[in-house]
Amino acid sequence: MNRGRENWQLIGIGIIFLVAVVLVPLLNGLAPEGSFLHISDFQMNTWGKYLAFAILAISLNLLWGYTGLLCLGQCLFFGLGAYAFGMYLMLMIGREGQYSGELPNFMVILGYHELPAHWKPFYSFWFATGAVFWVPGLLAFVFGFFVFRSRIRGVYFSIITQALTYAARLLFNRNEFTFGGTNGFTNYKSILGLPINGPIVEKGLFIGTSIALVLSLLFCWWLVRTKYGKVQRAIRDSENRVLFSGYSTTSYKLFIFVVAAMMAGVAGAFYVPQVGIINPEEVHPYRSLEVVVWVAVGGRGTLWGPVIGAVFVNWLKSWATYQFPEYWLIILGVLFVVTVLFLPGGIISLFPVLKPKVLNLYGWAKARILALRSASAT
Amino acid sequence: MSLLLSSSPAKWFKCLAVILTLWSVVSYQAGKAQEPGEGETRALLVEAILAEDDDQQIVLIQKLADTGDSLLETVFEQWKRGEVFVHTTEGGEKIPFTLENPESEAPSAAIKIIDAEPLTGADGGALSFVAKDLTAVDTSRSLRKEMKNAVDFLALSAKDPKVRAQAAKKLGLTQNASYIPVLERRLSVEKNKGVKENLREGLAVTYLAVGTKDQVIEATRTLAKVNSLAGLGFLKDVIRLQEEAPEDQRDEEILAAAKKAELSIENHFKVSEFFSTAFRGLSSGSVLLVVALGLAITFGLMGVINMAHGEMIAIGAYATYQTQVLFVHWFGDSGLGFQLYFIAAIPIAFLSAAIVGAILERGIIQFLYKRPLESLLATWGVSLVLQQSFRLIFGASNRQVNSPGWLMGNFDVNDVNMGFNRLFIIGFAIVIVFGTWVLMTKTPLGLCIRSVMQNPHMAACMGIRTAKVRMMTFAFGSGLAGLAGAFLSQIGNVGADMGQNYIVDSFMVVVAGGTGSLVGTVTSAFSIGVVDQVLQPFLGPVMGKIFVLFAIILFLQWRPEGLFPTKSRSLD
Repeated sequence: MNRGRENWQLIGIGIIFLVAVVLVPLLNGLAPEGSFLHISDFQMNTWGKYLAFAILAISLNLLWGYTGLLCLGQCLFFGLGAYAFGMYLMLMIGREGQYSGELPNFMVILGYHELPAHWKPFYSFWFATGAVFWVPGLLAFVFGFFVFRSRIRGVYFSIITQALTYAARLLFNRNEFTFGGTNGFTNYKSILGLPINGPIVEKGLFIGTSIALVLSLLFCWWLVRTKYGKVQRAIRDSENRVLFSGYSTTSYKLFIFVVAAMMAGVAGAFYVPQVGIINPEEVHPYRSLEVVVWVAVGGRGTLWGPVIGAVFVNWLKSWATYQFPEYWLIILGVLFVVTVLFLPGGIISLFPVLKPKVLNLYGWAKARILALRSASAT
Repeated sequence: MSLLLSSSPAKWFKCLAVILTLWSVVSYQAGKAQEPGEGETRALLVEAILAEDDDQQIVLIQKLADTGDSLLETVFEQWKRGEVFVHTTEGGEKIPFTLENPESEAPSAAIKIIDAEPLTGADGGALSFVAKDLTAVDTSRSLRKEMKNAVDFLALSAKDPKVRAQAAKKLGLTQNASYIPVLERRLSVEKNKGVKENLREGLAVTYLAVGTKDQVIEATRTLAKVNSLAGLGFLKDVIRLQEEAPEDQRDEEILAAAKKAELSIENHFKVSEFFSTAFRGLSSGSVLLVVALGLAITFGLMGVINMAHGEMIAIGAYATYQTQVLFVHWFGDSGLGFQLYFIAAIPIAFLSAAIVGAILERGIIQFLYKRPLESLLATWGVSLVLQQSFRLIFGASNRQVNSPGWLMGNFDVNDVNMGFNRLFIIGFAIVIVFGTWVLMTKTPLGLCIRSVMQNPHMAACMGIRTAKVRMMTFAFGSGLAGLAGAFLSQIGNVGADMGQNYIVDSFMVVVAGGTGSLVGTVTSAFSIGVVDQVLQPFLGPVMGKIFVLFAIILFLQWRPEGLFPTKSRSLD
């Protein structure tokens, strides 16, 4: 890793920070409507969603790209974070709801008269925010502890995380699990006393998502530079050798598993208020595989790959589901097969290939300009 | 290779097909039961109407009641209301008839009871009368009561033994003493063993409430003998009554007899409950096994994480659907031709899934043997493409596949309910597991497969064409998935995402059983099936499934390699 590239990565993170945290909200708020600089609320909201997905992709990349743990349950952690924050949002509906009771509508329908005990703390915004971290983190810790301890690895790890996700989805689908059954949570009204569709909350959520993304990128950038990061990649490349060299790979893997779960939870928490719904479909095993597609298409084991992949695939999805709704799944499937077969490094691996050509172009243009200058000078 | 192919599963399918053909022909013939003639009933009716004295008429009416013909309901009703008349011809012949519209003032057409044809006069013209002008065939009070009984208990003598049995039980459970003579009389003429048992059961339940001491004790014995679940509640009532009664009125003998009967019945149902659960567990284990067996080959043996396995199942199911459509087109939707479609569908489902599997292996998977995680991703892409293609080709809604007659219905053995389709799936699972075992261990192809899977380089050195063997192995595994699809089409809907419901389960079966082990897959499929069925009554289907999933995760803590791990010294 040379110094120059490192600087470029930091500069890149800085650019993202400037664009996402400062420029986009400014253009949304200040640029007059109709001017080409104006960014509509809808666009900002859509991009907020993409950025939340980018955080999710980064969290999977920490596991799969850097540690070699292909987790097919990342959407479960995403969903847990989303549900935890959704619980706060549901309670904030309060008397504004359709049934004008203190309880969320689905509970009224199910015949609850009192809030279940595990719901009560979620009246507090800060408790809900904490839960976004510790609920996925705790599940990851317990599950990871058992799985890594018995040295379940490789494809077995993938299958077992998928089974966990599948079981969790079945659970969330149940009404008596008190999380809204198949309908999930929706129809939020306010957040911290402000209307959820108001300009302040919309910008705030976008800025929050962007900051979370920048922090995730910085964390990732920092982590791979530590000794921990080196061991992490060594585990990916040959776990047994690391184990025989005296490292407890179990704790290394457990740590990153928990961190990635928390990161996914944060992504979920930013996703919910911006999209306005969370239901068990988000926890479907299929969704976790979609996250894997983003990372694979973008380029795993790289800083930028997951961000590029998440944004590109989701943008493609928005476009293709609108243009060719029938063929979207075929496009996604083919994209995936082609990426795996012909572009294992993802989109990001195209840059080194293209760079000399771009530089060539640059050099050629420079030469031309110099030639023109000397021609005009004489 | 051609020699190897001759001992491929095709042979087994031929065998299976022949057996199933014979079976279906036999069951089809057996389905055509003899219909007793309506003419017989009508002749008896005429005889009853014309009979001279009451006693003779009562005997005849009872005889009529035994036919269980629903025609009686209308005629008896007309007779009771005085709408049956007798026409005497010039020759002195008496012909009973009814009127088409007895309430009308104008003459209405007369209908003969003997054959439901219009009554004709001497000149051959149809006769019509006004009801008021005629004298109805008279009925006495006892006769009317007998007719009412006959209609009330008509179900007791219905043609269908199931209806008769149900009626007997229903009447008995009312514990009405006035039904006793009727039930007793039916018992004396009834020939069907099952119905007789139900009659006895009904009688015994009635006697429990109204009988003398000896009758009650006898009834408890009868109930214990027929293991009556319905009688259990009434026995409990008897026990409660006896226990609550003051000491001097308590009848210890009845109490003891009832307690004995209660215990005996409860024990019987515990045992039959156990066998029912075992049977259901076996059949749901068989479904799992059939679904997972293909995966045990492609994933367990070859190490390819085939996420498109579910779509291979769907291919088999759609192939079955398509075969059905063709057979309906050729032979109509009933009859022997249609009955046989499923037998034709089995090899078609196998072959279509196997061909798609072979293409998949050649097109994509062969490049990814070194990268198992990536085969997971690529095959998932394939699964998306296949699913959407199904939707585009067959439509987004589910397709309906009708089971052939010989797969429907069920029968009871000692209160253990056996469905034909459940029995069939168990047999089916046994046959394909046996077939797979023979193929893998007893044929040259199996030898090639095992050698390539163990050490491809060495196998290649020995002149085995590893690429071809791999392709055939994958095709075989996919074909097995197709077979599973053919069967699943019989117990559920055929839809583009039908395979998705099974993919997690089948991976769990293979992982828990130990990859690469056929015995492990069989054991784990049956264990999971049985555990699932045992838990379902307590936890419900969804919670049961969740529990099983967590149990497997915990089980892997204890045996990370599964039940029957493949021993190997190599690391990584």
